[in-house]
Amino acid sequence: MSRLSSIIGRRSSWGVPYFIFMLFFVLAPLVIMVWYAFTDAQGHLTFYNIAEFFQESEAVNTLVYSVGIAIINTALCILIGYPAAYFLSNSKINKSSILVVLFLLPMLINVLVRTLATVALFGWMKIPLGQGTLIFGMVYNYLPFMILPIYNVLAKLDKSYSEAAQDLGASPVRVFLKVTLPLSVPGILSGVMMVFMPTISTFAIAELLTMNNIKLFGTIIQENINNGMWNYGAMLSMIMLVFIVIMNLITGDQSENTNSGVGGLI
Amino acid sequence: MKAKYIFARSYLYILLFVLYAPIFVIAIFSFTEAKVLGNWTGFSTHLYSSLFTPGTHVGLMKAVENTLLIGVIASTAATLLGTIAAIGIFNTRNKFFKGAMNTLNNIPLLNADIITGVSLFLLFVSLGVSQGYVTLTLAHITFCTPYVVLSVLPRLQQMNPYLYEAALDLGAPPFKALRKVVIPEIAPGMASGFMLSFLLSIDDFEITIFNLGNKGLETLSTYIYADSRKGGLTPELRPLLTIFFIVVLVLLVFYNLWTLKKTQKK
Repeated sequence: MSRLSSIIGRRSSWGVPYFIFMLFFVLAPLVIMVWYAFTDAQGHLTFYNIAEFFQESEAVNTLVYSVGIAIINTALCILIGYPAAYFLSNSKINKSSILVVLFLLPMLINVLVRTLATVALFGWMKIPLGQGTLIFGMVYNYLPFMILPIYNVLAKLDKSYSEAAQDLGASPVRVFLKVTLPLSVPGILSGVMMVFMPTISTFAIAELLTMNNIKLFGTIIQENINNGMWNYGAMLSMIMLVFIVIMNLITGDQSENTNSGVGGLI
Repeated sequence: MKAKYIFARSYLYILLFVLYAPIFVIAIFSFTEAKVLGNWTGFSTHLYSSLFTPGTHVGLMKAVENTLLIGVIASTAATLLGTIAAIGIFNTRNKFFKGAMNTLNNIPLLNADIITGVSLFLLFVSLGVSQGYVTLTLAHITFCTPYVVLSVLPRLQQMNPYLYEAALDLGAPPFKALRKVVIPEIAPGMASGFMLSFLLSIDDFEITIFNLGNKGLETLSTYIYADSRKGGLTPELRPLLTIFFIVVLVLLVFYNLWTLKKTQKK
């Protein structure tokens, strides 16, 4: 018992079990994935997979197309989500926190369910599935993820800045453009992180929204893994990972502390 | 002035309505018998009674059971692992260890789900572990624990550091001091970490699909996915999803009201 007590007493060592867990289940899988990406099915080192990626036009085209869809989706989410977050954070317009919860709640509904419901809605309204419905469905799915971080930043914003600008004679539009908007950039950036990359990497959403007519990059990764092309699938995943790392390096410093994920909700 | 607020409020409510439209469609059409969603064949609660008729939807019910069971196991494990880890991270003075823990903890949060899924899949494959219940639960613990760590850490930071020392000085053994002093202080963080983990676990699709193996294990999301690929959803999914949605909605609204009340009391 005394030994147990002394171990518990040294609380600084309590991180060790999780550290080992993460080495095994977070770091090792990524290392293995990179290893798969640079080997062939027999386990020999090769650059065949990466060469294949650049030669095979389908994968590259899909990646470019996915980035395009992701840019459109992200832009729409900012355009629609920013005003919503702005209004929600204004205590004169929104007095209850329940309304905020209602906006974020769809995030916690299964993504497939949300997508299928959207597809059902399109079917009910007799709208044919295609690129338009894809973008629409993506905005549906990702809008809450844009609203949350922007709302988090705006709600914490010190009101005295915009009041000072007002007192000094700035018009409301000018106050917004010169004070509120620049101060909310970190929120926008974490929103972009939560919308842009997932748009590229989702697979089921695009499949369901377009009857599998339009493929996004995630769809190709899944198809390769499913069809036993693990090495090539790993290479595609690694390319995706490189994208994410680059995006994080660009937006990482700015979006710190706002990227609380759904954590802000509950 | 007034018109501005009316505009802002209507923007919020219209957006909310649009966001919820698909869910409304599912809920409305759960009260009709038609096989195809969108056909209204008169009001009926047939789908509800059919859903709960024992022995009719074995696959679906098994999937629900798996989802809930894995959700409970994974979020309990994640809460324990994450809380212990957070106490460790908070108390360690080793800057390198702290940094490494934080970085590793952030990887599953920032990474695309598909990469987490594929990399874990490759880990299990290369170890020769056959995938099933155990690997799926481990995968869920992997992506849930970071959220627990992030919910518990702020609580530790807000805590008065001398309370624990005072308990020790007054003769409490470390374990008792922890149980009587630290745990009550961080309990709200643990609770929200647990709840978030559970919601993420029952919602997950992209990581689940790569790690459930091929022995017929299904969760609700993969069941829905397989079902939608076969063309058309099982009509009984409509009442099931409606019930799921209402339960989550009620839970979250009450949870938020409860925390709001608590903070107001303080």
